[in-house]
Parts: sequence; structure tokens; C-alpha cells
Amino acid sequence: MMPDQTPEVIDTSNLLERVRALRARGCRLVQICATALLDQFELTYSFDLNGLLSNLRARIPAGDPRVPSIHAIYPCAFLYENEMHDLFNIQVEGMIVDFHGNLYNTSVKFAFGQTKAQAPAPQPAPAPGGN
Amino acid sequence: MARTIIPFGPQHPVLPEPVHLDLVVEDEKVVEARPSIGFVHRGLEKLVEKKDYVEFVYVAERICGICSFIHGQSYCQAIEAMMNIPVPPRARYLRTVWGELSRIHSHLLWLGLMADAMGFESLFMHSWRARERVLNIVEATTGGRVIFGSCKIGGVRRDIEADAIKNILSELEIIERDLDGITRVFLHDNSVKQRLGGVGVLSRQEAYDLGCVGPVLRASGVAQDMRKLGYAAYQELDMEPVTRLEGDSYARCAVRCGELFQSISLIRQALGKIPPGEIAVKVNGNPNGEIITRTEQPRGEVVYCLKATGGRNLQRFRVRTPTFANLPAMLKLLQGCQLADVPVLVLTIDPCISCTER
Amino acid sequence: MPYFQMSRLALKWAFTKPPTTAYPFEPRRAIAGSRGQLVFTKDNCVYCTVCAKKCPTGALKVDRAQKMFIIERLRCISCACCVEICPKNSLSLSTDHGFPVTTKTSESYCGS
Repeated sequence: MMPDQTPEVIDTSNLLERVRALRARGCRLVQICATALLDQFELTYSFDLNGLLSNLRARIPAGDPRVPSIHAIYPCAFLYENEMHDLFNIQVEGMIVDFHGNLYNTSVKFAFGQTKAQAPAPQPAPAPGGN
Repeated sequence: MARTIIPFGPQHPVLPEPVHLDLVVEDEKVVEARPSIGFVHRGLEKLVEKKDYVEFVYVAERICGICSFIHGQSYCQAIEAMMNIPVPPRARYLRTVWGELSRIHSHLLWLGLMADAMGFESLFMHSWRARERVLNIVEATTGGRVIFGSCKIGGVRRDIEADAIKNILSELEIIERDLDGITRVFLHDNSVKQRLGGVGVLSRQEAYDLGCVGPVLRASGVAQDMRKLGYAAYQELDMEPVTRLEGDSYARCAVRCGELFQSISLIRQALGKIPPGEIAVKVNGNPNGEIITRTEQPRGEVVYCLKATGGRNLQRFRVRTPTFANLPAMLKLLQGCQLADVPVLVLTIDPCISCTER
Repeated sequence: MPYFQMSRLALKWAFTKPPTTAYPFEPRRAIAGSRGQLVFTKDNCVYCTVCAKKCPTGALKVDRAQKMFIIERLRCISCACCVEICPKNSLSLSTDHGFPVTTKTSESYCGS
């Protein structure tokens, strides 16, 4: 029932050209999700075209969390990138609309960052049966 | 020309939920709007570390008070897809009925708030009076008015018996007559047309590029509705997305009014076709893997990303709510508008800030 | 036509009984099946502690040795998980709503 959603793992250096290719096909940006793993951050970018999702996944080290901004390609990405910065302390380079940490006015900054009980990067998910 | 910064929110009579906007104004024209959210941030995404995946349904439902049922339903659907649990057909139909009832009550709430934002208080009271009948049906079938508490992993917790179904159908006729009178005012009254017509126009390309979802996108001519993906019982029901072409606030209001009647028709179809059978299956084991589910809330497309590694607790729970996707559109619409149109434009995307901030 | 839409609605409701109840001067019309406050029947309970384990908010505490059943009313979300799981039918939900209090207290019932 669910189409294949396996994300394509890419490197942050290829991110901009892959996103540009998706934009040229006419996809719209659905979401950017950041997950804090034991020693890295995992970013998942989802794009949709006519009801089918394409997912890109990039892993960045926790010690040096930098990722280029895709605002130039998808202007609506600024909210997701500011949220990633405010909650996880991920440095998004080249943000055009930057709220400098004022989007989420929480008393504990970067609250979703590394926590003590995180599992290591998961094994590839088993193929779902009964599709 | 000198610029003034007017703080709008978080406490404002027109806002249903707290959001702060710094409006940079020149005379009466808004030049820029800078948002600041976080007033209702409860860190629910981090709560997965404490609550196991079965109890988490109750947390997922409480992300928002208005669209609460579909949050719970989407969470259950995501876990069921991850664990390959076959949900019985009767449960899928029941979820559809409650989902559409939730949509009717949410749209009526919005219509009331929009009337209040325009200053039309008597129409606001009439919309919420009509909403009370819907909430009475919900309370009789699920036990709660706002937080339904009826979804669980593997199905639903309560059944709707045959005589309750007859009651619902007869109540729906009264509700439909009521809605006819109220939507006629929204769509044809001269003062409403003047306040909403031509205000906040989003062209088709702009709406698509800004990542809008839901009625905001459909009012600009893009027929996209996640219910066409066929989750719950929607594969077996007859529905087409309600669209308009103008892209202004009046069109968004008209799309929501049209969806009210579409929901009533969907409930009638679902209750007519509901199959007999059990309402839930037993769930064993723990989830493993990751999944992205999308459902259609009253405000648009909601995306649930779940990741699990075989333990009782999920590893990651991420909700991208429709208001989060519509916020860039609101910020763009506010640029260049008149100061008196700010309440109408803030409400026209149907902001549900507690969903946005979780 | 565009000027008198509201007058139709206003005239109709000017001559109809209002749908509101003048609570608390009139009695509250509770809807059957509504989830309200938890009712504990002490005589049926065997202190098996299953309800306390199932409660999603941790509002119930059951001590088998001392035969104590403690409920924190403000934590209870009326989800009826405990009612479904109780093997001895000692729990049920009434349609009453909770009352505002000034201090957070727990109610305890002792069976011995």
C-alpha cells in the first residue's frame, strides 16, 4: 500500500545540485527533519511530486554540524532551517532569512541536541512485506 | 518615510493561539513581518524518550486541540504501517467518520474566528452554535468533545452501533440546513465580500513555490488533497478536492465552506457502506524501521516521520504540521498589506500555532 | 440580495428558543457515554496493580501489600485505559466533570 520511501543517502557537498534537479522536475519541498544520533546528525529532506515522495538523507558529524542552505532554490526552506538551528544547533551556511536564534524563544537553547540515551545509527530497515 | 514597529501578539483578541509578529509599518502599510514563535513549545518530540510507543497515542492527540483526532489517527497509521498491522475495515470506516466530523468542527471554528476577525460577531456566534451540534455527536460516540481518545494502534476503541448511526444521520440533516444558512452569509453578504475579496492574493505558482498546503493551496487552483492517497476508507469513497481559482481570502473561505458540505457527504457515504466486523486487532512486539505518513488535516497536509529501532520507545518522532508549511505564505501576504487587513491575513491560513510548535 | 443575507438568520433566531442552558440555574444535561471522572468501587478490587501499570500519565498508584489505591485526580486524562483492563470491574467512568481545587492532592482508598 505504501510506495517505496527509502531515502537516498547523499553527501552534503552534493545536496545543492540534487535539490536543484528535484526543483527542475517540479517537486515541492515537504519537510526537512533533523535527528540527533549518538555522534552525528541525520538530515532528511522530503520532496513531493503528484503524491510521490522522494527523500534525500545527509549525515553530518556532531562536532562540526554544517550544511548548506537551500533557500536559494526553495524560498520556503527558511523556516525549517531556522528551526534546525534553534533546536539542534546545526549551522546552516548561507541562510538568506536568518532569525539568529530568535524564532524559537525557549529558555533552554538547542534543547533537542545530543542527549545521553541515543542509539547508534540504525541498521537498514527490513523490506516491508504485503505492499 | 519613518518606520514604526508594531508588536502583534502573543496576546491579541483576534488570535486563537499565541504567535508574535513584529510588524514594520510605514504609515498604514505593512512593509515586513518578522515572526517569533515558541510560546506554546512543549517539546513533545522529545517526549518519545519517556513514553513508550503505545502510550504515545495520547501525547500525539494532544499536540493540538482543534485537529486532535487526525493527529492521533496519523500516528496510529504510521505505527501500523511500520509494523504491518492489518487494521480491520470497520475500524478504517469509523476513523474516516470521526476524521470528517473533526474536519467539520474545525472549519466551523475557523469560520467563526474569521467572522470575529472581521468584526461580524453575530455570525461568529452562529457558526459556533452550529458547531455545538457536531460536538454533541462526537461526545456521544467517543466520550470527549475536543480530545476524542478513540484511536489506538490496531484500530479504534469504541464502536458506533446501528441506532447511533441513525441518530447521526438525522442530526446531520439538521446540521446541513444550519450550515446552508450560515455559509450563505459568508459567501453572498456584501460586507463579507468587501472585507475578504481581493485581500491577500496568492497566484497558483506562488502558492506552489511557497510550499502551501491544504485549503490555501486549493484556493489558488491546485487540486491537491492527501485524502486522494487512499488512507483509511477514502479509497472506497467518492470525493474530489474543492478548488477555486481566485487565490484571495474570499476563495479560501469559499473552499472551506465547500469542504463542510463535502465532509457531510463523505460521512453519509461512509456510514452507508460501513462493513460489520471487529474494531481492533491485538498488537504484539515493537516497531522497527522508519516511515513517513501523510494525511489531510483540516488545515492541510501533515507529515509524520517516525523512526524506531526495536525498543519500546521510538527513536525519533517528527511532525511537520500544515501551519508550518503555510507560515511562509502568511509572511509573504503580510508584506505590502494595509494594517487593518492584518487580522484577516493572519487568520486566512488557519493558523494552529500549538501544532506548529509542538 | 447581498444586503439581507444575515437578516434571514437573525429573524429566525429571534423567535427560536436559545440553544444554551442557563447552567448552574438549570441542571446540566450530560451526554451518555461522555468520559468524566473515575469511580472506584473498593469492594471489587483485588489490588492486582494492572491499572497502575497501564495508566499513561501515572495518575494511579496501587500498593498490593498495604491494599491502597491512590488516584491523583489532576493527572487523570479520563482515557478509560484502566477501566478496560481491570479484571474485576472495580473501575468505571461517570459523566461528571472534575472540580477546580486550590491544592494538588491525591485520593486514597484503603481496603484492609
